[in-house]
Amino acid sequence: MPPLTRTQLPNGLTVLLREVHSAPVISWWLAYRVGSRNEPTGKTGISHWVEHMMFKGTARFPAGALDREIDRAGGQWNAFTSMDATKYFETLPANKIDIALEAEADRMTQALFDADETESERTVIISERQGAENQPTFWLQEELRGAAFRVHGYHHEIIGDETDLRTMTRDDLYGHYRRHYQPANAAAIAVGAFDTEEMLAKIKELFGSIEGGAAPDLFSRTEPEQQGERRVTVERPGNTAFLELCHRAPAATHEDWFKLRLLDAILSGSSGASDNKTSRLYQALVKTEIAAGVGAWMTPTVDPYLYSIIVTLRDGRSPAEAEAALLKEIARLQSHGVSEAELNKARKQTRAAFAYSRESVTEQAYGLAQSFILGDVHWFDKFSERLMRVTAADVQEAAARYLVPKRRIVGILNPIAQDEEGAPA
Amino acid sequence: MSEIQASIPNAGNITRAELDNGVTLLVYENPAVLSVNVMGSLQAGGIYETPRQSGLASLVAGALMTGTIDQDFDAIHGALEDAGADLGFRGHMHKLGFSGKALAEDLGLLLEGASDCLRNPIFPAEHVERLRGERLTWLQYSNFDTRYRAAKAMREALYPETHPYHYGTYGDEASIADIALDDLKNFHAEHFGPAGMILVIVGAVDAADAIGLAADAFGDWLNPEQPAIRQAHEPEQATADLRPSVSVPGKTQSDISMGIVGPARKAGDYLAAQLANSVLGEFGMMGRIGKSVREEKGLAYYAYSRLGGGHGPDPWTISAGVNPENVELAIASIMEEIERLTTEAVTVEDLADNQSYFTGRMPLRLESNEGIASNIHSMESFNLGLDYLANYDDMIYRITTADLLRAARNYLRPERMVVAVAGPEASTP
Repeated sequence: MPPLTRTQLPNGLTVLLREVHSAPVISWWLAYRVGSRNEPTGKTGISHWVEHMMFKGTARFPAGALDREIDRAGGQWNAFTSMDATKYFETLPANKIDIALEAEADRMTQALFDADETESERTVIISERQGAENQPTFWLQEELRGAAFRVHGYHHEIIGDETDLRTMTRDDLYGHYRRHYQPANAAAIAVGAFDTEEMLAKIKELFGSIEGGAAPDLFSRTEPEQQGERRVTVERPGNTAFLELCHRAPAATHEDWFKLRLLDAILSGSSGASDNKTSRLYQALVKTEIAAGVGAWMTPTVDPYLYSIIVTLRDGRSPAEAEAALLKEIARLQSHGVSEAELNKARKQTRAAFAYSRESVTEQAYGLAQSFILGDVHWFDKFSERLMRVTAADVQEAAARYLVPKRRIVGILNPIAQDEEGAPA
Repeated sequence: MSEIQASIPNAGNITRAELDNGVTLLVYENPAVLSVNVMGSLQAGGIYETPRQSGLASLVAGALMTGTIDQDFDAIHGALEDAGADLGFRGHMHKLGFSGKALAEDLGLLLEGASDCLRNPIFPAEHVERLRGERLTWLQYSNFDTRYRAAKAMREALYPETHPYHYGTYGDEASIADIALDDLKNFHAEHFGPAGMILVIVGAVDAADAIGLAADAFGDWLNPEQPAIRQAHEPEQATADLRPSVSVPGKTQSDISMGIVGPARKAGDYLAAQLANSVLGEFGMMGRIGKSVREEKGLAYYAYSRLGGGHGPDPWTISAGVNPENVELAIASIMEEIERLTTEAVTVEDLADNQSYFTGRMPLRLESNEGIASNIHSMESFNLGLDYLANYDDMIYRITTADLLRAARNYLRPERMVVAVAGPEASTP
């Protein structure tokens, strides 16, 4: 793996650079330590809305100017708001990267937050939320988060509650931006076909003069220990039922996170490499025709979050049947552990998934940005190595410790019939 | 030659071979990666179905990996998953497509797996029934998806029942329920064969070795029963309701799907139409439609246009998701932009922006094995020539503002445009 160069500018900006010359392309990211976890009551969704406003122009690059410039260069650019972070990226032909560097340096402090643009964007964001609401599973996810996190900022959807989206003001948004968009609260990451010294010199020139104070403290309210299994039920028009079984997982930098990740590879096969029809859950749920599909995910987060398994029920089968089958597989894992063959398969899948992820400089840069947010810039680079160290005993021990009723939140989406007017039939 | 131009796949760095049985092999060496991708196609898409069998080709594609003469379901998937490899088959309108990836050391495994599934499937009844159930669940779920329902209503109004594009490749609940096991077996026996098959291999491989492995896997495949390639004719002008409206209870947003018959990939004005589409609903955060509907009026989170451009007369579509109260305003705004594009030539500056966009994005499209394989497959499948990408810039820069206007006028005829809406209430647009 090419070396990673890490630098911190005097204003606190972290710079991570990795030369990769496989294609004449550079991926350039700015990652800020601000996400939906930082939002107080009444301001849910503000981090995501600020992200939208970052595309609405500065004095130097008015709204639409960068859309045009980056598309003209044949580039891609976008942004993502998560629970822990807001990340912006541009991937461009290597000889055209300067416009992206200049754009991110400029909008770190110079975004306009024009009042008319803010109002126009309010309806766009409400439309984004309403589009998500059209998917029945969105309602299940929202209820599950709320049930899982009463105290911690992970408790609400990143898009925010509609009541807050209707009442937040331009000044609320601008205040959030000024508080969190500072060099000391961010990392600049580049991966691709460049010379490290030249790239670092450009970054110093563009970002070095940006003034900023100390990074704001990480807003963190520790979630109290769960005292027993929690359950939520959602009813929405439709004809497909879903079951989601969540267990509290540790923070992504905790050694146990990797044990659970390998456990998941064996249980659901969600290694990112295959669709894994030999996985335990596929065999127990899909092959038995209880489910039309089963998937699982573990989002790497700064603070403890969730390991979720979601089941799409076949017509005529009940969530209770799926839950019983899932719990039986968990009990089997706890009592009998995993075989060496299963472990070796998961390891090979991990190696393959890692190889696939390295084809694109955008994915590599994303991995570094995520690592910075998690507080360990080597997190992505060491991901595969740490998974390889997990043993069969580790997996069984993790199952016994984490997949227990006291850490469990169960969500059920029951479809209901409705007539044309929207009233229950 | 610049670094970018030298790295573009072309006739000089793609190894191409034709097997005696009609299979075309193309290999591109990419030593910068550790993996290998395969991508291919056969003449076995939904166009070969009867309307009663809608979804059959897709069901056959989905069932290929459920069992072969020598391997059962678990053996097929176990071999791939043990290696961290991935292989999948998908039924498209004109072709059956397949793709896979593995560590470079496992190319042989990938090719043997693809060959066995394509040539020797036995369609075990219990697996086919399970797959049928999964498809029915997906279709039932989609019936409550406003985006799916709007696009389906648009397609069914734009193409008459006599045209294959009237039907979705996944079929519908009635057709999927009626397909018999023998239908799958007969479809496979008749349509699966080497004639017209394309196989692309890209990755950390030696081209000669890869050609050898592919020839071992497919060289002795024969099927004298394969029918001639079927084409999709130009549809008659839609006579159905051009403004279909679908009510989906309990939703908070409406989806708009507008469509008109667009050019096939081989049409002479395809690239001009692509540029016109970019101006309309793509360039600079969704083009003129995005600027009007999203940026200026704040009506939608998404609003864009797309040109199909496949083997036949695919639709040119415009999609938007809006609050039900804003449906009329959004449609009117989109129609204004179509009117403008078909009556006024774009400025020289607009054209230059979009030409730069089309040519500039090439390095990103060719960054991964998958991207390279997809582009090589397109060059072969649409008979564009293996120097197509190398000549792409010249072709794009030869297009004029008059060409764009002519292409827009040729296809974007407002009086023929289908406007479908799916949302919480049946409001006729």
